[in-house]
Amino acid sequence: MHDDEVAVWVSNAAKAFKAAKDLDQLKSARLAHAGDKSPLALASRGLGALSPDEKARFGKIVGDAKAAIASALASVTTELEAARDSKILLEEIVDVTLPSNRLHRGGLHPISIMMNEISDFFIEQGFTVEEGPEMESGWLNFDALNMPADHPARTVQDTFFLEPVESGIVLRTQTSPVQIRTMLTSQPPIYIISPGRTFRADELDATHSPVFHQVEGLVIDREITMAHLKGTLDHFAQAMFGPDVTTRLRPSFFPFTEPSAEVDVFFNNRWIEWGGCGMVNPKVLTTCGIDIEIYSGFAFGMGIERTLMVRHGLTDMHDIVEGDLRFTRQFGVGL
Amino acid sequence: MRAPLSWLKEFVAIPESVGAQVIADSFIRVGFEVEEIVYQGRDLTGPLVIGKVLSIEEITGQKKPIRFVGLNCGQGHTRFVICGATNFVVGDLVVVALPGAVLPGGFAISARETYGKTSDGLICSSRELALSDEHAGIIVLPHGQGAIGDNAIELLSINDVIFDIAINPDRGYALSIRGLAREIAGALNLSYSDPVNALRLLKLTDTGKGLKPVLKDGGSVFYLRTLSNYNPQSTTPLWMKRRIEKMGMRSISLAVDITNYVMLELGQPLHAFDTKKISGDLTIGHVSKAQKFTTLDGQEREINGEDLMVMDGKHPLALAGTMGGLDSQITDATRDIAVEAVRFDPGAIAKNSRRHKISSEASRRFERSVDSSLAEFASARCAQLLIELGGATHVQSLSAGKPIYADVVKVNPAYISRTLGMEITPATVKKVLTTMGCDVASDFSIDPPSWRWDLTEPADFVEEVARMIGYDKIPSILPPRPKHARLTPTQKRRRAIAASLAAQGLSEVQTFPFTSEAIIESMGYTGERASTYRLANPMSQDFPVLRTHLLPGLLQVAARNIGRGAKDIAIFEIGSIFRNSQKLLPAISPSLDTRPNQRVIQEIFASVPVQHLHLAAILAGKVEGESWRGKARSFDLHDAIAHVERILELSNLGFKLERSEFAPWHPGRCVEFIVDGRPVAHAGELHPRVLTQFALPARAVAFVINLEALPQTPMVAASSVVSMPPAIQDVALIVDITVPARDVEAALREGAGELLESIVLFDRYEKIGDAKVSLAFTLTFRSAERTLTGDEVSVMREAATARALELCGAVVRTA
Repeated sequence: MHDDEVAVWVSNAAKAFKAAKDLDQLKSARLAHAGDKSPLALASRGLGALSPDEKARFGKIVGDAKAAIASALASVTTELEAARDSKILLEEIVDVTLPSNRLHRGGLHPISIMMNEISDFFIEQGFTVEEGPEMESGWLNFDALNMPADHPARTVQDTFFLEPVESGIVLRTQTSPVQIRTMLTSQPPIYIISPGRTFRADELDATHSPVFHQVEGLVIDREITMAHLKGTLDHFAQAMFGPDVTTRLRPSFFPFTEPSAEVDVFFNNRWIEWGGCGMVNPKVLTTCGIDIEIYSGFAFGMGIERTLMVRHGLTDMHDIVEGDLRFTRQFGVGL
Repeated sequence: MRAPLSWLKEFVAIPESVGAQVIADSFIRVGFEVEEIVYQGRDLTGPLVIGKVLSIEEITGQKKPIRFVGLNCGQGHTRFVICGATNFVVGDLVVVALPGAVLPGGFAISARETYGKTSDGLICSSRELALSDEHAGIIVLPHGQGAIGDNAIELLSINDVIFDIAINPDRGYALSIRGLAREIAGALNLSYSDPVNALRLLKLTDTGKGLKPVLKDGGSVFYLRTLSNYNPQSTTPLWMKRRIEKMGMRSISLAVDITNYVMLELGQPLHAFDTKKISGDLTIGHVSKAQKFTTLDGQEREINGEDLMVMDGKHPLALAGTMGGLDSQITDATRDIAVEAVRFDPGAIAKNSRRHKISSEASRRFERSVDSSLAEFASARCAQLLIELGGATHVQSLSAGKPIYADVVKVNPAYISRTLGMEITPATVKKVLTTMGCDVASDFSIDPPSWRWDLTEPADFVEEVARMIGYDKIPSILPPRPKHARLTPTQKRRRAIAASLAAQGLSEVQTFPFTSEAIIESMGYTGERASTYRLANPMSQDFPVLRTHLLPGLLQVAARNIGRGAKDIAIFEIGSIFRNSQKLLPAISPSLDTRPNQRVIQEIFASVPVQHLHLAAILAGKVEGESWRGKARSFDLHDAIAHVERILELSNLGFKLERSEFAPWHPGRCVEFIVDGRPVAHAGELHPRVLTQFALPARAVAFVINLEALPQTPMVAASSVVSMPPAIQDVALIVDITVPARDVEAALREGAGELLESIVLFDRYEKIGDAKVSLAFTLTFRSAERTLTGDEVSVMREAATARALELCGAVVRTA
């Protein structure tokens, strides 16, 4: 092995690299001049047989040569890659805007989305989400809510009754029986909401449906006041309609609350009737065995359809109940 | 309930400076929802004058009667006007809009040529002036009222503001001008004069013997005032007629108008009988036997011992507090009148009203409780007006029973502050309640006024104080929140399943749970899946029962979508189903005064049948959109099955599946999923008969999962990921075509031993004849400790195929 010989290998390699017209040719040149069987690799393997002195001297020569070849290779590689990127890949342009997704568009029903949204808000406030049966005992749906059989408020709700009527089983007209069930089976503090499906024998039209959804809330704890009801509703309204909405309570009447109020929200420059609320009537607490000397509470209820229609500018209830795919697909999994 | 401002002002000194909107807002603030403010006369400009009819020329040869009328409108000349009405004669006073007037709706009056004449104005009907819906003829003034040339806008007190107010069911007293005036006085802090005060001083002298009232049942006090010499020719004065019109009612005759007027003014419904048609005493009670009875509206009704009636010695005369009888009503020949005023029990009248489906002005008030003291005063007011306006003579007033008043309630003022969450001084409490008519003793024993039957509990007084102070004054504070809350695992799982289906291209829908037996039968359901509950009052006789399954509703939705042009359907619903699992027994209705005992509570809960929550989906048409990338394949049964598998995997549940013959699926193409030994889901191709019934594409598929049947999963005990390399072996086996691939896979798994990591059926080839099928599996082995050698893996593979031969007769396929 001579110094000159090594210099030739280096210069041959550099020439071969330069001659390469593309990355494939460069690969062949690299294998020939820097591969396992290249003269330099063979020489490198022969170093072991040399005397220590020679080994040191030729070792350095071979090392330098390898570095020189690598450097030559790197610079040509960079050039050829640049050439490829600027020419060849550009020739491979396709129309990437062609429609890719073929899957049908799915989505949750907006009523579900809104109930999830409301549940999430209240869970964050420390409320649990309680559910109950849709076919319900009349005692839980009416009587225990301070609406005994001859109560005038009972006749105003157009209730669906199951046969035989003497069973008192109804399709619940409100989700309030869930409140009663909760109070009968657990002790305060109670912080719950009860979203769910409810029924009243109203003809289906643009704003009514015999099957609709409500969310009700119930809080029973020590020293709960109407101020807490207002605070909760203000918070809830802002979560639903935006941080700038204001609420208004108007005195009203519900058998299960006293005092009672209608809650309105000022949204899109007008007052919207949103729901009903009040302090839980002590008669209801007594029926449920809650000590009114220690505990007080509030309750509220809103229509999900109404909230949805107001917030999203829907004008026809038919869209919500008919199951037309084009309606649901507008919403995805969020509103 | 309507309330004209002019009438309210009779009892409340409302300054002119207080506008209609402020009054409406004040009503709203104290709990009276103003649904509409009617500004009567706002879009009417005069001149509108009273004219006397001087001449009538009938213009003949027209399709309808046309008159050319000469009028004296006080302007020194005769004005001629064309008129299409015929309800007037020469000498009548009528209302004339002169040229230059503009009537409601922008109808400008000018002299115009018509029917070959010049019509120099318009003779007006009530409707043309937007006073009422009356348009059968023009307005003719009652005799002796108004004069030629009078300004009709003033004479008819047209300019007024009328509030239309929704009254909550606990506030019967507000179904009167008296009650609403008191509320608005309280809300605006103005002085109020109670019209009853003057009536307390009214003396009616007896001049003979009147009818005797007998109160057997259904009320607390009954006043009966007998009058004679009433002049049936007397007419209702304009001011009363106009007030009745403003209240949305019609003027009928003076005697009837007076009873209605007093009801509207004070809130006590009254009934006037023709005394000549009554024999014996006037009794309130129940009839002894069922019979027919014709009410004022001409309807013949079946009455029986359930109904509270007003009767004489022989016959029922009125359905008490609800509607009078046809036979005893006042006629235009009546001279002798008996005025009945009763404080009925609300429940008794509610029952009358409900049983006979009559909601009258009277029943609405009685059902909501009428002021206990009003029977006396309202009947006196009625007699007073009959004497003043109808020339009647008072004969005798008699009464039966005594008024009953609400109990005194002890209220701690601190309780009011504590409930509202704001400090309210005892002095304020006392002031507010006194304004509302309560007597408040120094120890806060509160005696509610005779008209406030709703004030029975301390909480009722809290509302009273709060609404008069204003709900807007209550502060807004968040309650002390509990430390932590979360969705239950079941709720979380339900959400995750729904979201994953939506992400896979399915749309959620919601359907009504009403169906019919015919639909249930056509699906092929049997047993508990066909047995349901029936509604006593369905919306439609076509859907009188509750659903036992979600699929029929989804099939209807799918059909509706296809009918509207959709081609591919991928929909799901999560909802309750109602299977007749138990007989509905007579209701248990424990007392509300205390918590029912635990046994009764459990009985009530158990009286409600279990209602399972199901998830169902229908997939029909193409799996994906037809696209430039290629044709799309149609949904097949494996898509439905795969959805259930993914849902069970998402829920971390192990399952088995087997073929099932189960309606409404294709009997050979339905699979049942079993978790913990219980069937939880079905999936597959729908029965062709069902698809035809709903006109869905052939081979449409469906799946149903009983979400309630999916068990909770224990918390996952995770194993570490192994970093050793896998060893992969493929095997091809030949088995009888009747052997389920799942069984072969299970046998291989069993034989392969513990180091088998996964097994995948990567090929299935049917066309090898002899009723055989070739199944090719990839077996992946891995050890946690070391790299497996080729020999080790071969041994395990052979053990696997040996087990498959043993259990399934599977023979290794040689190439």
